Amino acid sequence: MFEISPAEWTAIELSLRVASVATLVATPLGIAVAWLLARRDFWGKSLLDALIHLPLVLPPVVTGYLLLLTFGRRGLIGGWLAEHVGLVFAFRWTGAALACGIMAFPLLVRPMRLSIEAVDRRLEQAAGTLGAAPWRVFSTITLPLALPGVLAGMVLGFAKAIGEFGATITFVSNIPGETQTISTAIYSLIQTPDGDTAALRLVVVSVIISLAALVISEWFARRAVQRLHGN
Amino acid sequence: MLRVEVSKQLGDFHLKASFGGEARVTGLFGASGAGKTSLINMIAGLLRPDRGMIVIDGEILDDTSAHTHVPAHRRRIGYVFQDARLFPHLDVRQNLDYGRRMNRVVDDPAQRARVIDLLDVGGLLDRRPGQLSGGERQRVALGRALLAQPRLLLLDEPLGSLDDERKVEILPYLVRLRDEANVPMVYVSHDANEMRQLATSVVMLNRGRVAGFGGIEILPGASLPA
Repeated sequence: MFEISPAEWTAIELSLRVASVATLVATPLGIAVAWLLARRDFWGKSLLDALIHLPLVLPPVVTGYLLLLTFGRRGLIGGWLAEHVGLVFAFRWTGAALACGIMAFPLLVRPMRLSIEAVDRRLEQAAGTLGAAPWRVFSTITLPLALPGVLAGMVLGFAKAIGEFGATITFVSNIPGETQTISTAIYSLIQTPDGDTAALRLVVVSVIISLAALVISEWFARRAVQRLHGN
Repeated sequence: MLRVEVSKQLGDFHLKASFGGEARVTGLFGASGAGKTSLINMIAGLLRPDRGMIVIDGEILDDTSAHTHVPAHRRRIGYVFQDARLFPHLDVRQNLDYGRRMNRVVDDPAQRARVIDLLDVGGLLDRRPGQLSGGERQRVALGRALLAQPRLLLLDEPLGSLDDERKVEILPYLVRLRDEANVPMVYVSHDANEMRQLATSVVMLNRGRVAGFGGIEILPGASLPA
C-alpha cells in the first residue's frame, strides 16, 4: 500500500523540478514587480496589477489555451523561441514550468509586495542621507527587511506551482516522464481501473508537500515581524 | 558656509525662508508647524524647493532656476532624526559602519574609536536597535551620522522623543560633539533652553517665515509649545 512505484516517483520528481524551476525563475521578476507596485507610481500601474492577477480569476483552461496559442510551436513567441533560442515549451516539462510559473505568479508577488510596503520609507531616507544610492538602499535596507515576505512568497508560489492542474494539462498535456506531474498523474490514476491505491498514495504525498509549504511560509511571516522590530 | 534661500508650498502652508552664515551651530528655533523640519529636509535633499537655492561651501546643491538638484545620497550631509531611524536588521556596529560602506571610504579605526568614545557607545556594539533605550538609540544615530564624514550635520529635535531625565543625559554629548567633532551643525528645536546650551547663532522661524536672526540673546525666556 505504501510502496511508491517508479512511475509515481517520476511524477513526484517531475513535480518538484517543475515547481522549483518555476519558482526560481519567477522570483527575481516577482521582486521587481512587487517593488514597482509598492514603491512607484507610473502610467498603467493598475493595468499591470490586473494583468498579474488575471491567472487567478481566469479559468485555468483558458490560461492554458492562451499559452498554447502564444508559446506553442506555431505560436508567436513559441515559434520564435524554438527557432532562434532552441527553447521549446510545447509538450515539454519546460512548458509545464512556464504554465505553473504564470499561475503561481500572483500568489508569489502578493506577500513580496506587502512586505516591501511594510518597510518604513523613513529608513530608506535615512540610508540615503548616509550616502546610499537608490539601488544600494534597495539591496541593503529594503530587500533584507522584506526578505521574510520574499521567502514566504516563494514558498506560496512553489505550493501553487506544485498543485497546478488545469493550465498545465491544457498546454503540455499529460505525458508520463515528460509533463505528468503529481496532479495530472492522480487525474489519470482515478480514471484507471485499480488506480485507486496509487492515486491515494500521491494524494498523501501532495498533502504533505502543501502542508509543509504552509508551515514554512507561516514561520517566515513570523520572522518578518521580529525583523521589523529589531530584536 | 551654508546659504539657504528657498520657498515651498506644502498644502495650505507656504514656507519662504532665507538664512546663512558660518556659525558652528545654527539653531532653527520655532514652534511646531513653523516649517523647521521641511526646511532641513530641503537642505538634506529629501524635499525639493519650488524656488530658490541651497549652497554649501560654494557648491550648489539646489538651484531651481538652473534645474540643479543634487540627490540626498550625493550631498554628504548627515541627518539625525528625532526618531533615530536605526536599521533594525543591523546591530549597532553595522549601523555605525553603514555610511562608510555606502561611501566606499577606507576603514579608519582611529576615527571610529574616537566617535565611539565621544558618544560612549562602545558597550552597545553587538546589540540590536530593539534592545536599546531611547537615549542609547539617539547616541548611536549621532555616531552613525558622524562616521559617514558629513560636511554638515542636521539634527531634527534629537531630544524630542526623550523624557527630561534622558535629555539631561544626552545634552552633554551634543555639547562635546559641537566642541570636538569639528562639523558644522544645524540644530532644530522648540526648546529655548536646549538652544541656549547648543546654538552659536539662532534663526527664529514663525509660520514659514524667518522672524528673527542673531545670537542666543534673541531667544525668548520660555520654550515654545511643542
